[in-house]
Amino acid sequence: MASLRTQFEVPGKMKTWSYALIGLGLAALLYGMFTKGFSSDEHEQVHFWGTLMYNTIFWTLICNASMFFISVTTLAQAGFTQTFRRIPEAISTLVPIFGAITFAVLLYIVFGHKHHIYHWLDTEAVAADPILKGKAGFLNPTFFVIWTTLTIALWSFLGWRIRKLNDEADAGPMDRETSEKFIHRGTVRTAMFTVWFGLTVGSTVPWLWMMSIDAHWYSTMYSWYTFVSSFVAGMSLIALWVIYLKNKGYLELTSQEHLHDIGKFMFAFSIFWTYLWFSQYMLIWYANIPEETVYFKHRTQGAYKGIFFFNLIVNFLCPLLILMKRSAKRNYTLVTFMAVLIIFGHWIDFYQMVMGSLMQDHVSLGWMDFGILAFFVGVMILFVGTALSKKPLIAKYHPYLKESVIHQV
Amino acid sequence: MAKKKFVVGCFDDEAVLFPAVKKVRTAGYKIHDVYTPFAVHGLDHAMGLRETSLHTAGFIYGITGTTTAVSAISWIFTKDWPLNIGGKPHFALPAWIPIMFELTVLFAAVGMVLTFCYLCQLAPFVKKHHFHARATDDLFVMVIECTDKTNTDDLQAFLSSNGALETKVEVAEDGWWLGRYDKDEMPFEEKQIVAA
Repeated sequence: MASLRTQFEVPGKMKTWSYALIGLGLAALLYGMFTKGFSSDEHEQVHFWGTLMYNTIFWTLICNASMFFISVTTLAQAGFTQTFRRIPEAISTLVPIFGAITFAVLLYIVFGHKHHIYHWLDTEAVAADPILKGKAGFLNPTFFVIWTTLTIALWSFLGWRIRKLNDEADAGPMDRETSEKFIHRGTVRTAMFTVWFGLTVGSTVPWLWMMSIDAHWYSTMYSWYTFVSSFVAGMSLIALWVIYLKNKGYLELTSQEHLHDIGKFMFAFSIFWTYLWFSQYMLIWYANIPEETVYFKHRTQGAYKGIFFFNLIVNFLCPLLILMKRSAKRNYTLVTFMAVLIIFGHWIDFYQMVMGSLMQDHVSLGWMDFGILAFFVGVMILFVGTALSKKPLIAKYHPYLKESVIHQV
Repeated sequence: MAKKKFVVGCFDDEAVLFPAVKKVRTAGYKIHDVYTPFAVHGLDHAMGLRETSLHTAGFIYGITGTTTAVSAISWIFTKDWPLNIGGKPHFALPAWIPIMFELTVLFAAVGMVLTFCYLCQLAPFVKKHHFHARATDDLFVMVIECTDKTNTDDLQAFLSSNGALETKVEVAEDGWWLGRYDKDEMPFEEKQIVAA
């Protein structure tokens, strides 16, 4: 044990890269904000705030997916995650940071009365509209703000408690009784997070944050679809960090066996995403009711046709065909490639979910999208790297560590 | 159907079995199989078994299922018996995907089960020789195939020196044959001829 490299040091190159990305992204963000976000033209405003909104939501959710991964594996008493568990922990430290940005952006949209983004903010239109009137108990600024505050605060708080508990496994050897108590406490804490996660990402939050852009339209698949989209991208992010640290000579105890399991998650949840994508699409296509097909009209037959089917190829066909083989999931190069592709694919997915409704007539994908993406990638690299360097990479007295070391698929 | 000569060694501990398997292989003997009461992790690697091709077979069965579904439904709905269903086009791909999926799963599942049974030589009314009854209870039974040149006494001594509790030589059928466990006799058993 003593010979393991458990102390991660942030390499200078990584810092340079992340600062460069943040600088580039911030320039694009601020330029976009002042030329478009604060312009008097409503279309320009919608373009900027919509772009910022889907990016913040995407990155908050995929970082939060790391904590969900920790929680469900803890609840399932899965041992195999222990050798690399500090990575999802480090990624989840970003939830408060990205959550705060999301919170600020959403609050600006609601209190700035941007009813071109959220139609239900327009009180006169709501009063004259029986459908929106019926939804007013749910779609109103008070409920939106309270629920958003609770959501982000509790994600951060419950996640912080889970990370804090795991620090005890660094302190010293545990006897049987202490270990059992430790596992039990972990189960209780992760169960609390999972319940809150299910109530928010699994149902209400995607309805409020993104589905309410099309205020008249609804789909019961939408929340699951958002959750799976963020979860599969979150698993890919974990895979990227695992491979990066392996490359740098850390994580000696993490092997192809662990990579294989992460790869299985990426593969399986790509298929699950497709299942939900298809369920949502096919039922609406089959029933062919105008108030439902309105969501797909401009996506399958309008300007977003290319993006819509590109989305399906990148997020379904590629993982299906490339990750299906056992040897592919155990190949570091191939998993890296697929992880980048999946993160990009689901970023595009979030793009079309939000901007496909906000800018229906033309595809707005351009410098601002990629600039803001660069900003978030930069922040992610910097903060995850810093968080990793603050703790040992392995909680070496965790009761399940041995199970993880000898893990074999 | 060919009868072969085997040397059987029984072990009662995995920790003894693994080095024995390694030594037997290094010594150049051909391991016919190792029968264990439960799945033993890593034994397939120790025995040098190749990765199974069952999943490749499964993929091919799955593709066959998809193709069957697509060709059948598209022929029925566009050529054989076109119906107007809710004003949809005759070639209504999204509506067919659930059926394509189901047939893919059905073909893959059934095909893989049958292939698995064939590879393991399992089927109703078919028998295989059991080298040691306690292989299903508490013993790890290593079976080594002999050639013309194998000295069985040496091999038995070699197995015993590597921790085998019990060794024996058996001439047995190595494949499967038609028969029932409750009725038929083992074909390799020598009939007792009682002098009148």
